[in-house]
Amino acid sequence: MMEVIYILPLLFLVACALTAVLMKDLLGATIILGAYSLIMAVVWTMLNAVDVAFTEASVGAGITTVLMVAALSRTVRGEYEPPHEARGWKRKRFSITKVSGFFVVVLTAAAMIYGTMDMPDFGDPNAPANLHVARRYIEESRHETGVPNFVTAVLASYRGYDTLGETTVIFTAGMSVILLLRRIRRE
Amino acid sequence: MKEHIVIRTVSRLLIPFIQLFALYVIAHGDISPGGGFQGGVIIGASVILYVISFGMEDGRRRVSESISDFMNSAGVFLFAGIGVLCILAGGAYLEYTAFAGKAAHGEHAEHALHLASHLGIYGIEIGVGITVAAVMMTIFFETARHEDD
Repeated sequence: MMEVIYILPLLFLVACALTAVLMKDLLGATIILGAYSLIMAVVWTMLNAVDVAFTEASVGAGITTVLMVAALSRTVRGEYEPPHEARGWKRKRFSITKVSGFFVVVLTAAAMIYGTMDMPDFGDPNAPANLHVARRYIEESRHETGVPNFVTAVLASYRGYDTLGETTVIFTAGMSVILLLRRIRRE
Repeated sequence: MKEHIVIRTVSRLLIPFIQLFALYVIAHGDISPGGGFQGGVIIGASVILYVISFGMEDGRRRVSESISDFMNSAGVFLFAGIGVLCILAGGAYLEYTAFAGKAAHGEHAEHALHLASHLGIYGIEIGVGITVAAVMMTIFFETARHEDD
């Protein structure tokens, strides 16, 4: 019975992904990707990764969708289709692009599925990721930093330097957008 | 969507609560999920909701270009500045426990150390939140199509 609850969101994810790919209306596809992220947040919660789930819900489902809609407002809403009178090479090139894209996706997916075969089981205490510093974080972070949530302890204290770099990346993104897109004031 | 009274009324009602929740998420990052990044994103989203329902001009009147540009760099400056303060207090870069100073060897050593690292963590979470909120609204303000384009 429990398996159904675990598998249902994953099926929803596949359905959302397929719909987003097949949809011609780009605004609809964007909103479906937002729904995809929301279901992904549910999956993270089921895996007990609540901090990741929170980020996925606020960034993936919220901001990314809005920013993509904002980008769409500067372009056209429909997917590109070659005009009906286009014959020969132009039409052929369009279908070659589509088919080769499909092959790249299938190859990448096959490589990733092949990669997961060597992955340790979910929550395996002997997985390499759980043998190194994870134990120290879980056992000592409360005592060493005084912060109960050890995800925050890792992000803000043990790996504070990484978080500084991350914030600088976001700052740089904002600066680039200002430099590239801000309209020059009319005199 | 400036002409829809339902959207305007609902967002006017919701935005204060969204922002309050964002502040809660930033302030409680150490005991519950969330933190500066998520809280900042939520603040940015509340401003974007305002812009969507009241229009770009009105939004820029509330959060002017100079304010959001200042916030952009102020957050990173606060974060990096706390690191420098740690050095001045005699520790390594971003070693918050340096703030405890002499109290780190007193009778309430552990309490002082925890207080110091709490202070540092709050400071950088607020810094991250300011930058993230400002960048999110900047990206939206600059990419979305303006009425006169």
